[in-house]
Amino acid sequence: MPAQTLPQVPIKKGEPAYKLWLFEPGWKGELPLITNPRELAEKKRPALLPGHRLCAGCAAPIIVKLASFAFRGPTIVVTATGCLEVATTIFPYTSWAVPWIHNAFENSAATGSGVEAALKALKKTGRLPYDHVDVVVFAGDGGTYDIGIQALSGAAERGHDFLYILYDNEAYMNTGIQRSGGTPKYAWTTTSPVGKVLPGKMQHKKPIAEIMVAHRIPYVATGTPAHWLDFIKKVRKGIEVDGPAFIHALSSCNRGWRHDLHLTLEISRRAVDTCYFPLWEWTPETGYMLTDRSLAIARNPKLKQPIEKFVELQGRFRHLLKPENRHLLKELQEYVDQVWEDLLNRASNAPR
Amino acid sequence: MSQLRGWKELPLGAVAFRLSTDYKTGDWRALKPVVDHNKCVKCMLCWIFCPDMAVIWDGEKIVINYDYCKGCGICAHECPVKAIQMVPEFEEG
Amino acid sequence: MAVVTPKVPPEKQTLLNVNGDEAVAWAVKQSLVDVVAAYPITPQTIIVEKFSEFVANGEVHTEFIAVESEHSAMSACVGAAAAGARAFTATAANGLALMWEILYIAASLRLPIVLAVVNRALSAPINIHCDHNDAYGMRDSGWVQLFVENVQEAYDTTIQAFKIAEDERVLLPVAVNLDGFFLSHTLENIRILPDKVVHEFLGGYRKIPKVKVDYFDEEVPLTLNPAKPLTFGPLDLYDYYFEHKMHQVEAMKNVPEVVREVNEKWYEISGRRYGDGILDTYGVEDADIIVTVLGSTAGTVRYVVKKLRREGKKVGMIRIRMFRPFPHKEIAEILKNAKVVGVMDRGISFGSYGQSFLDINASLYDLKERPILVNYIYGLGGRDASPELIEKMFKELLEIAETGVVKEKIRFLGVRE
Repeated sequence: MPAQTLPQVPIKKGEPAYKLWLFEPGWKGELPLITNPRELAEKKRPALLPGHRLCAGCAAPIIVKLASFAFRGPTIVVTATGCLEVATTIFPYTSWAVPWIHNAFENSAATGSGVEAALKALKKTGRLPYDHVDVVVFAGDGGTYDIGIQALSGAAERGHDFLYILYDNEAYMNTGIQRSGGTPKYAWTTTSPVGKVLPGKMQHKKPIAEIMVAHRIPYVATGTPAHWLDFIKKVRKGIEVDGPAFIHALSSCNRGWRHDLHLTLEISRRAVDTCYFPLWEWTPETGYMLTDRSLAIARNPKLKQPIEKFVELQGRFRHLLKPENRHLLKELQEYVDQVWEDLLNRASNAPR
Repeated sequence: MSQLRGWKELPLGAVAFRLSTDYKTGDWRALKPVVDHNKCVKCMLCWIFCPDMAVIWDGEKIVINYDYCKGCGICAHECPVKAIQMVPEFEEG
Repeated sequence: MAVVTPKVPPEKQTLLNVNGDEAVAWAVKQSLVDVVAAYPITPQTIIVEKFSEFVANGEVHTEFIAVESEHSAMSACVGAAAAGARAFTATAANGLALMWEILYIAASLRLPIVLAVVNRALSAPINIHCDHNDAYGMRDSGWVQLFVENVQEAYDTTIQAFKIAEDERVLLPVAVNLDGFFLSHTLENIRILPDKVVHEFLGGYRKIPKVKVDYFDEEVPLTLNPAKPLTFGPLDLYDYYFEHKMHQVEAMKNVPEVVREVNEKWYEISGRRYGDGILDTYGVEDADIIVTVLGSTAGTVRYVVKKLRREGKKVGMIRIRMFRPFPHKEIAEILKNAKVVGVMDRGISFGSYGQSFLDINASLYDLKERPILVNYIYGLGGRDASPELIEKMFKELLEIAETGVVKEKIRFLGVRE
């Protein structure tokens, strides 16, 4: 690795990147939230180390990397079984520079609850050498929408102080692209393939973020790695808030969505531009608030792109571009428009 | 991985005992990014977006860490001034 | 075994009139437990209810997580124990079945969690009464399993469980089994030790063991520690999984010694011990007929043994207190001179025998001279095992000893045809 000359604090010259994440007992303070790219490159290091074995062009490590830029101090990460967990911890290697635990598939929120409770008990009895340790849970759509929803809902209801980041690649990607509750309608997956009779998954994507809003937890937001500044700020808010926070991050998968490797961020951008995946945040005090590009689109509806712009880059939707499937594409467009209108009606900062 | 450890040498609790920085994923590449420093405006987007933490800012210029770069091409695609080109990793023929 | 004056004589111990569940709750109260994550299921409910009272009154520092399922209960305990907390949960029957997946994970991650299982039958049909099939179902999971006979022992063993689990030679989770309703809902007078004595016995709060990884020069605490980050629960391919399982095999080998030690240490402070901690025997020295049993029915068996011995019959009994790891050598040593052995199982492995029968069989196979083994399945779904029924079993065993003929190897005690 070429020698890096870096400013002293908080990174020491020549020291490996992971040492940034060693918080000596008694550490106090708060890591700053840096939004300037140059400053970020100089002062921050990701909590995810290189050498992980996620696919080339995967959005999940970008999401984890950006999230770790927003960590404010000692943080414990819990991860559900899935692409992220498996590819970053193939024994004996680990790509995590922070304390990390993987338990099972459906219980990342329950495990996070246990960690959070343990930290409270340790602090109460003077055995925690820090003012505060944050708990961040990363789970895929598999471990959240379907098998993991019980644990998530329970943890949200009990009010544990943690941030749950859902990296949604819209199928059970790690086991080979099977459909999940997060797969959009008409998407091809191996368990909802496009055949002579059925054109892919026949059910709509479960509105997981709205389900979390219904729990009335202190903070819910959506984000994508392409809108990195928006995402980093939301992660920080999620960590700072006292109680459960939920961020739904769109994590494109070039293997499962069948797109070119380099288009990972382009696709996230188009997901937002077509209002397929609007960017918003919600708190009990402010209600829905559009952010970033979605706010711009609300103010200037001409910026909204047709759903083809999102669909055309992905092989999993290829059948929708055929002339005989025009009606399916139209249905999808109507659905996206309907959900977008609904969001505009609810968002407190959408123009009336 | 040459010599695999026996169970008596493995750490308690099945915790991982090596950092993945020891595992070089650079040999996954078919394309590799090459930075034109004359065009680079040092916006840091390639550093921000690289999924493999393979873009380094050394204080003066952008350097690609070819030990880990998997050749996904995101940096080249996202660069606003097209300062990064993806070239074939291997010579033709 | 030496007889000593206990450090805390009976007069100095507090007399409580409680049921098995409450006794467990009291034990947990005194054990400086950091996190309790539990979900109610009959007949364990009183444990969580009683403990919730302690929490609500500020009598414990414990964080009580009212989880939304047993699966989440064990998952939360895993998270808590990994973060360095002393963790406890309790369940029964189908609740245990639901957390089955995580039991294996808890044992493999070497987390010293203590689980109280109030033994109850598994559905279907749904039955809330006593049965050991739930505990037997987890016998392969890598947990240490102890079975108690009475409410006093439920209190004593729950505290001992933390000490056994956290011992550096063990570092395995421990399940304390008490019979549903027979113990959980039955009042007994028990003696409990002063808080300070229990704290001292356990060495205060949980101590974290150390581990060595390549990227730190010295050993670091095996916990989720922001000063020395570790990765718990990695992915193993076929190149390492087998080796990791050997760690658990080795740890299990150390358990009997620790159980015996803890049994003796408890005796020194309380005046109570249970056999040698592993097996509790009565009348086996000269017995031709020996019956093995787990749990509260041992009390009835002992009563019948005493009665028959007064009549001159050479009978004896073994209560198996530590079921996992199974004490093969110790059992063989005791049973080798018997003529006929009746193995009582309050559960059955459908398509095979009772679960302790299989292990006892394995214990005796290599002996040159082996007793005749007969398996008695009894008490499923809370069916009462009365003294008369037990006596009937002994009469059958005595007859087999006479004739040397075993008509059925597996018999069902107390079922209507």
